[in-house]
Amino acid sequence: MALLEVKNLHTHFFTREGVVRAVDGVDFELERGRTLGIVGESGCGKSVTALSIMGLIPKPPAKIVEGQVLFEGRDLTELDEGELEDVRGRHIAMIFQDPMTSLNPTLKIGTQLTETLRRHLGMSKDAARKRAIELLEEVHIPNAAARLDDYPHRYSGGMRQRVMIAGAIACNPKLLIADEPSTALDVTVQARILDLLEELRKAHDMAMILITHDMGVVAEAADEVAVMYAGQLVERAGVQDLFDRPEHPYTEALLGALPHVDEEHVRESRLTTIPGRPPNLVDPPEACRFGPRCPYASLNDSCTQVEPQLRELRKGHWVRSAHPASERAGVPAEVGA
Amino acid sequence: MSTNGALLEVTDLTKHFPIKQGLLFDRTVGHVKAVDGVSFQIAEGETLGLVGESGSGKSTTGYCVLQLLKPTSGSVRFMGRELTELGREDLRRMRREMQIVFQDPYASLDPRMTVGDIVSEPLVVHGVGSRRARRETVRGLLEVVGFNPEYTNRYPHEFSGGQRQRIGIARALALNPKLIVCDEPVSALDVSIQAQILNLLKDLQRDFGLTYLFIAHDLAVVRAISDRIAVMNQGRLVEVGPAAEVYSSPQDEYTRALLAAVPVPDPRKMKERKEERRRVAHVLAEAAEEAALADE
Repeated sequence: MALLEVKNLHTHFFTREGVVRAVDGVDFELERGRTLGIVGESGCGKSVTALSIMGLIPKPPAKIVEGQVLFEGRDLTELDEGELEDVRGRHIAMIFQDPMTSLNPTLKIGTQLTETLRRHLGMSKDAARKRAIELLEEVHIPNAAARLDDYPHRYSGGMRQRVMIAGAIACNPKLLIADEPSTALDVTVQARILDLLEELRKAHDMAMILITHDMGVVAEAADEVAVMYAGQLVERAGVQDLFDRPEHPYTEALLGALPHVDEEHVRESRLTTIPGRPPNLVDPPEACRFGPRCPYASLNDSCTQVEPQLRELRKGHWVRSAHPASERAGVPAEVGA
Repeated sequence: MSTNGALLEVTDLTKHFPIKQGLLFDRTVGHVKAVDGVSFQIAEGETLGLVGESGSGKSTTGYCVLQLLKPTSGSVRFMGRELTELGREDLRRMRREMQIVFQDPYASLDPRMTVGDIVSEPLVVHGVGSRRARRETVRGLLEVVGFNPEYTNRYPHEFSGGQRQRIGIARALALNPKLIVCDEPVSALDVSIQAQILNLLKDLQRDFGLTYLFIAHDLAVVRAISDRIAVMNQGRLVEVGPAAEVYSSPQDEYTRALLAAVPVPDPRKMKERKEERRRVAHVLAEAAEEAALADE
């Protein structure tokens, strides 16, 4: 049994402007100890997917209208708030993009760390303090015992993110969800945070969901990748297969639009762009959501009438498109070139 | 023009900010050397990419070039004139030739002004053209940047980040400047939109002979648009050179560490890079911070 199985997840926001179908068809499995990267542009539903798994979506206006989130076989969408609280922090932990705002500036680092330990593991004050020092050492904060009595403002952005990570792993979770954990940081600091996450994932045998907009971060840290577009999971594959042979026209276009740091002649050439914009999720296209921007969809195509389903194109490589690259033999693949 | 034909020539530029202390009476207890002896030149029609991490002084350098911040010392020669010595009125006139595009298209456009007013503002300030002529100019500018000119009566909040950045670029172009300082112009945008804006900036450069000082932290983005690269760390330029050289054989240790830290969308290459970045990590600020913390 997979550690986490998300089946046909649909999370909608009921707003005055209408029903926003923020997550509208997400399916994946995650095995123990593996890292899944969820990648996509702003508004594609990647963060709402994470919050839905954690039971942290704001209700109202949001609601999981369909689907299951099976964690060790137990459907988290069926749990009440008390049961969810027990799962959160203890079995599934989450870290967010901005370490500046996720720490309370008026509390000492030590207080914020020991709180979790005492709440979830029922530790005594002394035991929690001792464990907090160990945790800070584990995330490589030097002189940990003394740093415990510091307030967050004494730490740099990277160091604060390490404190957040220390808090997240405090209860030895089986799954860590990291939502853009390194986005607000400089690249050099980002690299070290990613190294740290990798090290901890191995040491604690955790599974990880890494949410990011950065294909480079995915290439570095993920075992498997899920690409999201307009609320839907559109492609899922092993990391090497995804980068070697992207299938979905959107994935190809996204990779093509990226400037590469090691690419010669990029100055003289133009970057590939994707025409148009993602659809409004109050009223998305009836059929394929990428259809209006897809270079392969022609007018009387089936994919403009019927919504493509996620299908397994080859072992472990899933795609939601009527025109995956490997079925376009003979068609010149302009996009992504 | 200056003797060597450079449009912009910056020599020994410094900008120090005082560190103040004390509750009742401010005392200056020291200085932050945000920019500490920076020299570079940009030829007409060229793009110089200025890269560095947050706090490296790259934006401060840009502001000092435009005299939006007064440099502590050093020289900024632009179109043959020394900007640091110009009086208010002369400087105002020179501003027509040098404009800026900001990072955050959500913060840099006045939400109470229409798109038309935003783009025509520089024309009004500098008294260019009649009302009617200005309206025509604005339409033309919006068309050039790929923004529907029918929308001049709308407000910035009605548009996405990419569209807003187009408005910001149209405003910068309004006075037909020679130099545009681009301060992280695409870092708030999604990848596909970022590509559109970079292409637009390239097209405008070709069509209008623009010169760019392109400030950004993203080394891949900078490479896509720059002829030469200047790498900044802690207020100083550690390396300046043609883009291809800086990227393929960086001379400075810091440049090497910075380049190694960039994640690339290729899982195989990523494995090598991880090794490389462990080797060079010791020169980075966080390593220094760790050492300092350990000593306390």
